[in-house]
Amino acid sequence: MTARIQISLDVNGERVDAHVLPRLNLADFLREQLQLTGTHVGCEHGVCGACTVRVNGEIVRSCLMLAVQTQGASVETIEGLSDSGEIVDLQAAFRDRNALQCGFCTPGMLIAAQDLLKQTPDPDRERIREHLSGNYCRCTGYQAIIDAVETTARVRMGRKP
Amino acid sequence: MKASAFSYARATSVVNALELLAAHGDKAKVLSGGQSLMPAMNLRLISPELILDIGEIAELRGIAVRGGVLAIGALTRHVELARSPEIAAHAPLLTEAIVHVAHPAIRNRGTLGGSLAHADPASELPACMVALDATIIVRGQAGERRIAAKDFFMGIYETALSAQELLVAVELPVARKNSAHFFCEFARRHGDYAIAGLAAQAIVEGDVFTDLRLGFFAIGDRPVLAKAASRLVNVAATPAVLFEASSALGEELDPQEDQQASASMRRHLAKVLLGRCASALLGRPDLDAGGPV
Repeated sequence: MTARIQISLDVNGERVDAHVLPRLNLADFLREQLQLTGTHVGCEHGVCGACTVRVNGEIVRSCLMLAVQTQGASVETIEGLSDSGEIVDLQAAFRDRNALQCGFCTPGMLIAAQDLLKQTPDPDRERIREHLSGNYCRCTGYQAIIDAVETTARVRMGRKP
Repeated sequence: MKASAFSYARATSVVNALELLAAHGDKAKVLSGGQSLMPAMNLRLISPELILDIGEIAELRGIAVRGGVLAIGALTRHVELARSPEIAAHAPLLTEAIVHVAHPAIRNRGTLGGSLAHADPASELPACMVALDATIIVRGQAGERRIAAKDFFMGIYETALSAQELLVAVELPVARKNSAHFFCEFARRHGDYAIAGLAAQAIVEGDVFTDLRLGFFAIGDRPVLAKAASRLVNVAATPAVLFEASSALGEELDPQEDQQASASMRRHLAKVLLGRCASALLGRPDLDAGGPV
């Protein structure tokens, strides 16, 4: 009964067919079966946000979703967002503003921040804080991350950073 | 940690889900949004033999207004509640409360039915259901049961739902004339579980409450519909009246102690919330001026 189950999904624009155990969560599936190790695994119970990915265009915790639940879904990871150039400016702003140190939280932060900027192109700092409240960073103290997101929003709005 | 091994079934309909629940009973666990179930499994707090995924059952989705009733399907996700114009118009308490439920990535997956069936006493939605006088609709093979929200929640993670039943929908009376609502919670971090919180629904005529339902959460083993609310109804609110209501609330509550707060701190915070609620809904800053009473 705990046999592997076949799934077909789209990961970063590529069709993936796999056989997975029901207990396998999406984060481990991405990391261990697809070698997409940019998705980080921190707390494994939905608190830290390091495993944030996009499923059907919406951000989710990949540690709180089973791989079998992604049948037919479109999954995007930090590798996909990086390769497509979608967040190249956000990544540059993180670097320029020293918004990362160890980098463990960064993939999740970038995906959550991009999600905010798609929904709210011109957020104030409070809105940025609120949207990133589910992503822990243990290095930066958050201010630099807020700076980077705010800067990216301004530039995308055609204003000075 | 990782969840222990389990088998997996994807229900194709409510009838199919009920057949599987009848066959497996309490060895099965229903997977809705998974935002409470998955952490519990990853932490090995529970190890079900079968996960029954109801995520594909279309008949459990949707928000509809029929007559004076707002019906919300169990699989309605938090993000859908937040964006729904029907909810904003007819149950604005939910619109205000929902942004306090965890974080965006979790609200994209978590469902109303899942949150209610999980019945975490510190979570927001059960208290909203109690304040809104919701009816919880559950279905088993023998048929449907309609349970008042105040009777549905029975303890920590404990509800009136049996292992063979499925929570299918919630019905709320649409907001009446002169309705007002209040929501506030204290938490360490935005989106964390509350240390103490209040979801309130009221009817205010002039400067008097003609109805007041106070749903406190994170201060007991289930959402508490405070009886002390009656002391504020159909009376001119004065600091003395509020003091009496607040004292009665303190007597009535039986808060738990944990690493976040002592029982007396929770009792104190509940009184603070009551003062803020009365002050905000009646437009009377003076009632909250002295802080907690």
